[in-house]
Amino acid sequence: MKTRSILLAGFVLGSFAISGVALVAITHEAVEPRIADNQYQAMQRKLASILPAGQADNDPLQDRIQVSGGGLLGTDTAQVYRVHRGETSVAVILEPVVPDGYAGPIRLLVSVLRDGSLGGVRVLSHHETPGLGDKIEESKSDWVYGFEGRSLTDPPRDQWSVKRDGGYFDQFTGATITPRSIVRAVKNTLLYVERHGDRLFAPAADTPDQPARESS
Amino acid sequence: MTTAKGYGTLIGDGLWSNNQMLVALLGLCPLLATTTSATNGLGMGLATTVVVTCSNGTISLVRNLVRPEIRIPVFVLVIASFVTLVELIMQAFFYELHLVLGLFISLIVVNCMIIGRAEAFASKNRLDRALVDGLAVGLGATLVLTTLGGLREFVAQGTLFSQIHLLLGEGARGLTLRLGEDFQGALIAILPPGAFIGLGLLIALKNLIDTRLERPTRVRTVTTPAVSAARS
Repeated sequence: MKTRSILLAGFVLGSFAISGVALVAITHEAVEPRIADNQYQAMQRKLASILPAGQADNDPLQDRIQVSGGGLLGTDTAQVYRVHRGETSVAVILEPVVPDGYAGPIRLLVSVLRDGSLGGVRVLSHHETPGLGDKIEESKSDWVYGFEGRSLTDPPRDQWSVKRDGGYFDQFTGATITPRSIVRAVKNTLLYVERHGDRLFAPAADTPDQPARESS
Repeated sequence: MTTAKGYGTLIGDGLWSNNQMLVALLGLCPLLATTTSATNGLGMGLATTVVVTCSNGTISLVRNLVRPEIRIPVFVLVIASFVTLVELIMQAFFYELHLVLGLFISLIVVNCMIIGRAEAFASKNRLDRALVDGLAVGLGATLVLTTLGGLREFVAQGTLFSQIHLLLGEGARGLTLRLGEDFQGALIAILPPGAFIGLGLLIALKNLIDTRLERPTRVRTVTTPAVSAARS
């Protein structure tokens, strides 16, 4: 009798586990394509927002390469999305990491146009203090739009820092470390593109998978 | 206790007199973590409501099938399944909101409020009453989450319901309230300590209202210290 009740309990528990897992698995199967599509579109919108409108005719997400960033991109391997119009290269979009954020690494999305100017900068993820450092998000403040159109000559190289350090870019009230790190990382990204631009902008066919390894 | 309560009492208990967030203080983890804005609070509250209603219903349906020894694992399984479903559906249909709330949705699993309702109520009551109870308790939680979120958001950033369009669609943009562009609020409200302070104030407010309603004759003597405490 005792054994029977234990078995019965086990059977009931087991069937709950099976039906629970089945329910989740079926739903997962049903919505998976939709979720992947959402993620893809969200990324596409993000890329499109930092490119000049109507200039690209390829899907940058389909033409991406891995590069070794060395000391300039803050990460060992960074994604680079390449944007073309026909055979002409329009821009490259890099995913550098800011290693020295106030509360941990900040992942950026930086688009550099063919002429070396910035198409725009966006923050992909960060852990900065809510209310202070999180003004780097475009939903919280316009600060990050300030990079649009800037390049290594505008402002000049030695002006590529926040105002408190005698540079060109604003910091925000109560937070200097976050903008300072981001300005430095964006500058480094521009330097990287300046050095490896030929290879990054080259047509897809003759690009090596690993443009020059860089040691900082 | 389980026999006499009508729907009205159930709803009253869930929304106010036995509000799980303010009275039982269950589910502090999501309560404190997600209420950085009214929109986040509302989204989290609605997700919690769906989960607690579904799990209450399911558990009430199977209450005679599940032996007491295995009831807790069964509750956990049921709740975890529903939370995963909610998370998947949210990713598929409210992707932008999921980007904001995503990390916290899985926290609903460990919300003691839900297993508390399963154990204390749903496993002893008919389906209809379990569903009403789940809905009432969930909406009670939503109320507190939204209020606390709104309070913290307003004090820290001078906005209310910012980004509400992620939850309710473009038409709801008009709900967003803003106190001028350069509002410098008290940052502490949006940091973790602000959540505790805000929750404390809400509990004080609820107790104050209850005291006033219960003892109308002694209003003066009883509430004066409480008022000053709540304001300080």
